Amino acid sequence: MTDQADIATELYDILKSVPDPEIPVLSIIDLGVVRSAKLLENKVAKVDITPTYSGCPAMDVIGDDIKTELQKHGYTPQVKLILSPAWTTDWMTEEGKQALKEYGIAPPMDATSDKDALLGNKRVIPCPQCDSKNTRLVSQFASTACKAMFKCEDCEETFDYFKCLI
Amino acid sequence: MTNENLIEYIYGIADNSLILGQRISELCGHGPTLETDIAMTNIALDLLGQTRSYYQYVAELSKSDITEDDVAFLRTEREYKNVLLVEQPNTDFAYVITRQYFFDVFHFMLLKELENSKNVNFQAIAKKSLKEVSYHKRFSGDWLKRLGDGTEESKNKAQKAVNDLWVYTNELFQMTSNDKIIAEAGYGVNTEDLKAEYYNAIKALLKEATLDIPEVEYFQKGGKDGIHTEHMGYILSDMQYMQRTYPDMKW
Repeated sequence: MTDQADIATELYDILKSVPDPEIPVLSIIDLGVVRSAKLLENKVAKVDITPTYSGCPAMDVIGDDIKTELQKHGYTPQVKLILSPAWTTDWMTEEGKQALKEYGIAPPMDATSDKDALLGNKRVIPCPQCDSKNTRLVSQFASTACKAMFKCEDCEETFDYFKCLI
Repeated sequence: MTNENLIEYIYGIADNSLILGQRISELCGHGPTLETDIAMTNIALDLLGQTRSYYQYVAELSKSDITEDDVAFLRTEREYKNVLLVEQPNTDFAYVITRQYFFDVFHFMLLKELENSKNVNFQAIAKKSLKEVSYHKRFSGDWLKRLGDGTEESKNKAQKAVNDLWVYTNELFQMTSNDKIIAEAGYGVNTEDLKAEYYNAIKALLKEATLDIPEVEYFQKGGKDGIHTEHMGYILSDMQYMQRTYPDMKW
């Protein structure tokens, strides 16, 4: 698969320890924004990252955090922002999705369920608190561009749903 | 086709996103409800993010030592090539939604074509932006239906906005001589080909929204040649204030 991230084993754990600044339970590896990490001569670490959304304000912070973490481990970081191929929620790992749910954010569903839910046709997004599917769309945009807001009609909790982007 | 041609073409696309993004940003904290406020600012953020990708490419293509910030903040009014539609004021929520919908439908169609450009940068930006714009279009379309098919007051306001903004739609498809050069090179889009489909799409939605389709004999134009309405100067004075007052300031 060409979309598979290519991450050097030596750098994997270091990058895995860098959290997403807005959803700190999610590592940038689990989020799928690290597309490639290569170890070059003289401990130069070349990392390519891709934004979730074009205007995502977290990207600058993520870039800086990667640099800091790599420097701590004695590497010389080179971080580059790439746009192609465009990020998709498919790149989020299962571990990442589980972490989101535990954090109270409903993880992205498959494209069909996502569309049904966002168009208000079907109630399919499970509430991350009580697992009820009796949830309704409140707003297509929530606290950040990557999320929509839902309300659970059973436990009455409002929650964020990480929108599917494919 | 020179780099200057390409830069000029990018302005024609990216300035729409910048100016509309700036316009919607004015609503931050002033939306009619918290949810719509947040939605509109999210859309603004997407548009500004897309603008950055285009302007970074301009900086790369430019012979002089300019940055994306110079491109965004230090041009004069005539150097902005956005269409007149996007600079129209936030008169009321019906205007905001109608302006957005008229633009989103075009934007989506344009990006769909730009995705197949021979230019890899255009391809990448278009692919990325399309995912975002499909959400924008759904949001503005849903709201226009709700306003049109809502209360008597919301219907009247939506109809007024549609009537007033309709005259700015035709300019979206105007091809400048530079647009033609870029389209012929396989880099740009021949927007004239999109026109029929565009009007079919928005007329169908207006019908669903129980709104009348305006019968207009003439259309406004000028933005693509840098000749703007009186609103543009006010937008720029607001937007450029920081860069002009504190030259070279950075976040």
